[in-house]
Amino acid sequence: MINIEIDGKQISVPKGGTVMDGAKELGIYIPHFCYHKKLSIAANCRMCLVQVEKAPKPLPACATPVMEGMKVFTRTEQAIAAQKGVMEFLLINHPLDCPICDQGGECQLQDLAVGYGAGESRYTEDKRVVTNKNLGPLISTDMTRCIHCTRCVRFGQEIAGIMELGQAGRGEHSEILSFVGKSVDSELSGNMIDLCPVGALVSKPFRYSARSWELSRRKSISPHCGLGSNLVVQVKNNRVMRVLPRDNDVINECWLSDKDRFSYEGLNSEDRLSQPMIKRDGGWQVCSWEDALAFAIDGLLAVKGKYGVQAIGALGSPHSTLEELYLLQKLVRAMGSSNVDHRLRQADFRLDSQLQGVPWLGTSVDDLSKLDAVLIVGSTLRKDHPLIAQRLRQAVKEGAQLNVVNPHSDDLLTNVANEAVVSPNAMVSTLAEILKALVQNKGVDAPKGTSAIIKMVTVTAVARNIATSLIDNKSVAIYLGNIAQHHPQYSEILSLVQSIARVISARFGMLGEAANSVGGYVANAVPMPVYNVTEEIKQSEWSGLNASQMLDPGESQCQGYMLLNVEPEYDVNNSRQALRTLETAAFVVSMNCFRGNAMDYSDVLLPIAPFTETSGTFINTEGRAQSFNGVVSPLGAARPAWKVLRVMGNLQKFDGFEYETSEHVREEVLSENGDFKGRLDNNLNVRDIKLPAFGEQVIQRIGEVPIYQADSIVRRAESLQQTSDSVEPRAWMSSVLLKKLGVSDGDVVKVSQGDGEIQLRAACDDKLPLDCVRVAGAHSKTAVLGAMFGEIMVAKL
Amino acid sequence: MLSSESIKRIDREIAKYPGDQKRSAVMSTLAIAQEEKGWLATETMDFVAEYLDMPPIAVYEVATFYNMYDLEPLGKYKLTVCTNLPCALSGGNNAADHLKQKLGIGFNQTTPDGMFTLKEGECMGSCGDAPVLLVNNRRMCSFMSNDEIDQLLQELNK
Amino acid sequence: MTEFTLTMTNGVNASDPENWRLKSYERREGYAALKKIISDRISPEEIIEEVKKSALRGRGGAGFPTGLKWSFMPKQYEGEKYLVCNSDEGEPGTFKDRDIMRYNPHILIEGMLIAAYAMGVKTGYNYIHGEIWDTYLRMEEAIDEARAAGYLGDRILGSDFSFQLYNHHGYGAYICGEETALLESIEGKKGQPRFKPPFPANYGLYGKPTTINNTETFASVPWIIRNGGEKYLDLGKPNNGGTKLFSVSGHVNKPGNYEIPMGTPFSVLLEMAGGMRGGKKLKGCIPGGSSMPVLPGDVMMETDMDYDSIAKAGSMLGSGAVIIMDETTCMVKALDRLSYFYFEESCGQCTPCREGTGWLYRIVNRIENGKGCMEDLDLLDNIADNIQGRTICALGDAAAMPVRAMVEHFRDEFIYHIEHKKCMV
Ligand SMILES: Cc1cc2nc3c(=O)[nH]c(=O)nc-3n(C[C@H](O)[C@H](O)[C@H](O)COP(=O)(O)O)c2cc1C
Ligand code: SF4
Ligand code: FES
Repeated sequence: MINIEIDGKQISVPKGGTVMDGAKELGIYIPHFCYHKKLSIAANCRMCLVQVEKAPKPLPACATPVMEGMKVFTRTEQAIAAQKGVMEFLLINHPLDCPICDQGGECQLQDLAVGYGAGESRYTEDKRVVTNKNLGPLISTDMTRCIHCTRCVRFGQEIAGIMELGQAGRGEHSEILSFVGKSVDSELSGNMIDLCPVGALVSKPFRYSARSWELSRRKSISPHCGLGSNLVVQVKNNRVMRVLPRDNDVINECWLSDKDRFSYEGLNSEDRLSQPMIKRDGGWQVCSWEDALAFAIDGLLAVKGKYGVQAIGALGSPHSTLEELYLLQKLVRAMGSSNVDHRLRQADFRLDSQLQGVPWLGTSVDDLSKLDAVLIVGSTLRKDHPLIAQRLRQAVKEGAQLNVVNPHSDDLLTNVANEAVVSPNAMVSTLAEILKALVQNKGVDAPKGTSAIIKMVTVTAVARNIATSLIDNKSVAIYLGNIAQHHPQYSEILSLVQSIARVISARFGMLGEAANSVGGYVANAVPMPVYNVTEEIKQSEWSGLNASQMLDPGESQCQGYMLLNVEPEYDVNNSRQALRTLETAAFVVSMNCFRGNAMDYSDVLLPIAPFTETSGTFINTEGRAQSFNGVVSPLGAARPAWKVLRVMGNLQKFDGFEYETSEHVREEVLSENGDFKGRLDNNLNVRDIKLPAFGEQVIQRIGEVPIYQADSIVRRAESLQQTSDSVEPRAWMSSVLLKKLGVSDGDVVKVSQGDGEIQLRAACDDKLPLDCVRVAGAHSKTAVLGAMFGEIMVAKL
Repeated sequence: MLSSESIKRIDREIAKYPGDQKRSAVMSTLAIAQEEKGWLATETMDFVAEYLDMPPIAVYEVATFYNMYDLEPLGKYKLTVCTNLPCALSGGNNAADHLKQKLGIGFNQTTPDGMFTLKEGECMGSCGDAPVLLVNNRRMCSFMSNDEIDQLLQELNK
Repeated sequence: MTEFTLTMTNGVNASDPENWRLKSYERREGYAALKKIISDRISPEEIIEEVKKSALRGRGGAGFPTGLKWSFMPKQYEGEKYLVCNSDEGEPGTFKDRDIMRYNPHILIEGMLIAAYAMGVKTGYNYIHGEIWDTYLRMEEAIDEARAAGYLGDRILGSDFSFQLYNHHGYGAYICGEETALLESIEGKKGQPRFKPPFPANYGLYGKPTTINNTETFASVPWIIRNGGEKYLDLGKPNNGGTKLFSVSGHVNKPGNYEIPMGTPFSVLLEMAGGMRGGKKLKGCIPGGSSMPVLPGDVMMETDMDYDSIAKAGSMLGSGAVIIMDETTCMVKALDRLSYFYFEESCGQCTPCREGTGWLYRIVNRIENGKGCMEDLDLLDNIADNIQGRTICALGDAAAMPVRAMVEHFRDEFIYHIEHKKCMV
């Protein structure tokens, strides 16, 4: 530690720290623009000039390293003169039209100019005018306002991992821009808006819609990915106007993904369901809540009467709150069925009987930044977990080795140490190879259940390299992404990952797909007992149908469905089957925030409130329960789903549905489950793992969920739907496969799965495995195709 | 995109730097590309970015930072006259004026026949030879009296 | 004319097209210093000691003691270290490095070899100003010659000392003369100076320890090694060792480069340069390149050409570019052109320079165009004050100092411009 003195106050700063660090520690504010705690030091704005004893000239606090005995003065004549001088320079070419600037009221330049600016300008020449740039649907520019702090440029290079903005030209003529006509496509781009200290980069969707002082700021939690980013939701006239990050260093730091930031547009979508509706005599009519609920219960009871209680099933979106999912399963179970699930995109449920606890990340989110080596198995990481990808990027910068087993080679915008790009079918054998290399290398016995599979594989070079990377490092973790979790051999994949982790004493876990992927288990919104089954509910009642069984027309015995926040054409693994099942079901109750296509397959539509209009809890991927309150009141007649479910229990006169607040519900879930954190456990009871047999050489589908299709809110966020990530799905394949099919890049081809068939444009990606076609799921265009993975046919038209 | 001759020269430049520092060759690559193409079109910069494994915007930053890159098409011969103080004291401005008058254009303009573009240059480190002018970034002409300028124009016009 | 010992230009003949070649250089004791080091197994420490004794100061502008700079290079450092030659001569008035490279390129190569040996460096780059393309080609050829002769490359002259040297050309940016901007430029980026600390000796090219010297600094080294540091010091004055090349431009009869011992009276240099053109009177002189404060003619005539004397007179020796202005020179116009230069060459990174240089230029320009007012003179001074000492690199100072000195020494002329809306000369 180095001891210095700032404005007469003593402070110790770690070696290598700066004067700015010391000042922050002391709570002394030094004006600044270019400095940002998460970015590299540029020292270009010069606003933070301070006086340092014995230094002949003022020094920038942000870049001046501390030295023992240093005496710093931030408010002396020399320091103030320097700061005022810089402020004058910043203002000479900056428009002084704060009243019409979108940043007005939340502008660092405006704030500081009040303290450091002169009343009148000594600059009488024409001001510089800079043409605006079109950076895409999310960021709007007013480049004349730019003060060249380069925070946006550094953000791209350092945090987003992709340099899309640069400072072209030089001197007074320099401009921040993207390469000739290009948009900014990073999935983290919105952070540049926050970083810009002036009104040069502002939010395009928000632009001109409100002044900052008209907005009330309310805390919330993001309902999208499993990270649980902390939000500030800004509200005007009971409408969500904007979403900003709330600093939380162990979760989202000061960042937000564009999905978290801009999805709020979906909340205000035209498609919001605001009235209960029932289908009577083939026609839809708006009705009262009373009628709708009575209709719903009658319908379900009729199904129960006709087909038996096992014909009732409930599916809840993992983006629902803990309280909602809990009451959903409680209601179904009270009705006598255990057919309930929230794992809608999972395909392989064989491991349900092997689970030892609630699957989770296996480490804390913060740990991600401290790893020495990582193995990611099956993930479209940047798109599914933008900020986790960012954390790993920082870890790699600190020297961590990133290893990947994936059916694609999407750019992670960081250095990847080893990457095995194999077809979905080959992922199991690749993991077996890595295990084999580890076992050989360490000279240990094959872990339980793996000796047979190990014998069957030959270790390839890349598997060996991955093994070496994992062995050579101390702090190692293996994470399964969405592709692994949606994979038809999820149980083999997870079993092998566990065995690998055991051999090298690594931690392992799942990158939670949705806000409540962990919470869904904690809420018992699963058909089997995971843990702590209460006395009243007997084990036997706990073996219901899982999501796949409920939706498979071949297997399903369900006739009456309760859907909570589910759009079957997007939210499940096999949208084709799901649609067919629901369309032919006897009775479907759809609780949703949006109308969507629910009228095609439902009998009742119950308008429920999205996360901004209700209170609730999300348990994020690391098992952190974060509760939030509604920030606006529900739209129209919409009601919080927990209330709707409670009333459905009351109406059926079930015991235990006497909740007054969502907190009561939460207390019950979390106390009933005791310390649920102690039940987070990824270990499986490993059985013999066999190498799955696959049919003849077939073409396999790689069906990921596009970033802005993942949940019902983001699907309706207009601006995000205009980004380059939202282009129509294509049939991506290698040039070898293209050639084999006799088609060229850009041709329209016929794509079919089972009897579902669509036409898509073919596109070339030579990084894909040769026998694969990548066709996104969760999209209206591809909804008639089947499962996200498995055999697919592509043919020339 | 670029001729194999240019690519060969670029590869020679890349070899000057450590293996993981290919982008160090961006200045010479752009210069070679400009020599071949006459100016740097967007596609040319895209190609350079790809060839050197750099973000296109980073190439653009470089191309717009250094004066001798041209991001717009110009005349067959770019004549850059130094008018900085030391040259101005020894006829730099005269040379510029003479050129303007002879060619009938001002700085940053191109003759209607597309032969000449005139540019004002900054110090070329050749003040002792003033007036100096540079033809297409490559050929330095010293002691450019009006007569010398006339001769040069005649030669280039051939 | 006085006879001097020449340390760099002895036997150099610009009019002989073969004079620059290796053969010719060897005939003028070329590579003798290198050979001596290798055959006598002189230790790196001894070389640095010798350079320290010589009191050689950096010829690039700042005048930093070269031996001391070399001793900053971490000795035990494992991994690459770099040596960089700054031949990005772009300071208006300076044209000595170009002549060293085109007429005597091997002296630079030998100087760099010695430096590399002394600091344990295996790779070097010579960054050459973009506009002097034929000089770049000349250096490429010279390096090929040296490599072919075994002076450059692996196991030089059979020893276990290896050194690779490459030329890198600029492409039109004055700021790349600033050493950290130059490093950025070699790294394939815009030439924007880095904040210091860290200094290049710790964090230089590609983040590795790096020493940067000016072309002439390196060219001074072979003589020092051949003849000893003390002899070199004796050629000049204490603290101002050796001889130096001065680039004389402007209103003289024979503009050009002249090598003279440090401490030689300015009047002698002026005489060597053929005296004032047309016999006119010396009005002002910028003694160290355009970034340095101008001095009135009479002050200049009394000054000796060395770091300390020029500093005492109120300016700086800088790069040794001597810009001579006679009585017909309009100082407002001269400043107008110079401030335009700094405005155009500011890298745009830091606020005071990016915004301030344009402001300075616009005020000087309006005075020049008869649109100035009296307050402008103080405003100029105040803006210059707000730039100087507050920027990332010294370009800010370089833009501010000439303005302040011009207004100070030739205030009457500025006032005349403002009052009469025209020039007094
Ligand atoms: C704006 C600016 C321009 C410079 N231009 C040059 C130059 O053209 N040549 C040079 O050798 N040094 C130049 N320098 C000085 C270098 O930064 C550096 O001090 C020098 O190369 C060190 O070498 P030396 O110690 O041998 O003088 C410049 C400095 C600044 C601030
Ligand atoms: S002083 Fe000028 S040239 Fe130097 S870093 Fe700042 S803006 Fe760039
Ligand atoms: S905050 Fe220190 S220079 Fe900008």
